[in-house]
Amino acid sequence: MRTVYLDNNATTAVAGEVFEQMRPFFCEEYGNPSSIHTFGGKLAKLLDRSREQVAELIGADPSEIVFTSCGTESDSTAIRGTLESYPSKRHIITTRVEHPAVHGLGQYLSQQGYRVTELSVDKEGLLNLDELKEALNPDTALVSIMWANNETGVLFPIDEIARIVKSAGAVLHTDAVQAAGKEPINLSKVPVDLLSISGHKLHAPKGIGVLYVRRGTQLTPLLIGGHQERGRRAGTENVPYIIGLGKACELARELFEAERTRIRKLRDRLEENLLSNCPGAKLNGHKEFRLVNTTNISFEYVEGEAILLLLDRLGICASSGSACTSGSLEPSHVLRAMGVPFTSAHGSIRFSLSRYNTEQDIDYVIEHMPSVIKKLRDISPFGRDEAKPSRTP
Amino acid sequence: MWDYSDKVKDHFFHPRNVGTIEDPDGVGEVGSLACGDALQLMFKLDKDGRIADIKFHTFGCGSAIASSSALTEMVKGKTLQEAQKITNQDIADYLGGLPEQKMHCSVMGREALEAAIENYRTGKPVRRAAESKIICTCFGVTEGEIAKVIQENGLTTVEQVTNYCKAGGGCGGCHSDIEAILQRLGARKPVAADELITTVARPKHLTNIKRIQLVQEIIARQIRPALQRDGGDIELVDIEGTRVLVALRGMCSQCPAAGVTLEQWVQAKLREFVDEQITVQEASE
Repeated sequence: MRTVYLDNNATTAVAGEVFEQMRPFFCEEYGNPSSIHTFGGKLAKLLDRSREQVAELIGADPSEIVFTSCGTESDSTAIRGTLESYPSKRHIITTRVEHPAVHGLGQYLSQQGYRVTELSVDKEGLLNLDELKEALNPDTALVSIMWANNETGVLFPIDEIARIVKSAGAVLHTDAVQAAGKEPINLSKVPVDLLSISGHKLHAPKGIGVLYVRRGTQLTPLLIGGHQERGRRAGTENVPYIIGLGKACELARELFEAERTRIRKLRDRLEENLLSNCPGAKLNGHKEFRLVNTTNISFEYVEGEAILLLLDRLGICASSGSACTSGSLEPSHVLRAMGVPFTSAHGSIRFSLSRYNTEQDIDYVIEHMPSVIKKLRDISPFGRDEAKPSRTP
Repeated sequence: MWDYSDKVKDHFFHPRNVGTIEDPDGVGEVGSLACGDALQLMFKLDKDGRIADIKFHTFGCGSAIASSSALTEMVKGKTLQEAQKITNQDIADYLGGLPEQKMHCSVMGREALEAAIENYRTGKPVRRAAESKIICTCFGVTEGEIAKVIQENGLTTVEQVTNYCKAGGGCGGCHSDIEAILQRLGARKPVAADELITTVARPKHLTNIKRIQLVQEIIARQIRPALQRDGGDIELVDIEGTRVLVALRGMCSQCPAAGVTLEQWVQAKLREFVDEQITVQEASE
């Protein structure tokens, strides 16, 4: 059976070029870059090269790149490290639609006595920046707002947000895990202080991440011990993975324009077809301010886990914001924050593409999706009178 | 990914008895779109009062659809008395088991069948047994429904209750109410008592000194830790015979339920472990 992988916001395939680049650094070149001997010490130069490759992708200086173990570590280091650096400030601003790595930490910090403001979003998933301006005050240590939403792909205007936050004197962190490699990021122009990247979302392996720390930003490290990463993150460097991530960033930069155009076309074709050919299909999230690879569609009167199980049998991999797949009893916090009605929140499906998807992949999904939805609509007690194809305006 | 049995997968991919019956004898509906699952069940009896035909429509996840399908197969040919004996556990067993977090799907099946039978007997449309008050407002689960899943399935924790009927799975505001139902049904003893029951047996005759020692010990080992967990505290002020004077501190001192705490909990504990005659009073300051 063929596999059509359309769950690239969850994780991506490691690029063949990336894997080849990493291969020698397990069994042969296994040295420690901190060693005095050449066998280990020479690897430090390769880490510097990776740092440059990452920096180039996001318009940063290589000295501002700190390698971590994952996106969550980057987020935790940014948020907890900032709060520890400004102990007298007790207020944090974030949004209601952050990834659990930020959202969950925010909830934890509010239990620890921090005041946490969660900015709301409208029905298309967009922020009202006046709300941000009103929330900022001299007690605000940190603002953490994601660059792109993992579930809907909706983009936040980080450049504008950065200007507002910096003029108020707070630190700005952005979780750019979904944006890096997919959206143009130029930190020499956008005054973000801290930015998180995860390797496995851009065709590097799982287990490697980056925290960008703008020069001059005060940040207490999360991991304390050795001098690695200029004392900003102790622990022996994950040499093969750092080298892999560097290569992955280089590839993302080289293929950027061509792939963005191609992926957007594939995504749009998939989306338009599903919205026209499946009854009760509605787009979640703003149609324009959105990652080019993501579409989040609700299918009214059917439930997301049931859709995923039927797709799985066809070899199609996607994900859902339904309650049953999230392991809780309520649908995704992102869709709830957007006020997506219950008639469709439980039946939301996210398709997220990558450079490895083909026209044939999209054809396959377009071919099978209507019958999957029809099968479940026939079982459902709801929407029986209106099972005609509909289209969102 | 859930670990579904082959039988669950079979009933999900090939559900039996989907549809409606013209002129049914009984119709039951439970759940809603808001809750994330809903089931409509209808049956027709033959001349001997056995279920001749039964059909369903389900909105929900794989296990909700499989549970509905399984239920219809299980009750076909049964009398209503026989069908009523089917528990949610029977449905889960028939399917080769359900993941713990999905047990509410089997409960929904059982509830829909009850509602359909009720509809047949009363002739009234029945949506849900509304005989008792709603405990979980997020999912609209009543006290009666919670009590039933506890008793039928031998549940002992709030988490299990959530898995079986969803109550408590939303805002979490009703967890203490569910805890109270568990305790009332004897499904769960107060935690602190469990910890101590093995180490302290109530002596028959107490000297004054012995009584004072025991009161001090129970307060220190059982009562204070429990109150401190909720941000409160208690101080032993004096003991005169069987009259125990205490002062509530911290959160407890402003708590509107302080009187209830003292009488129903502190006093009950001391009576249980020290002396039946004990009365607890708050010391006036």
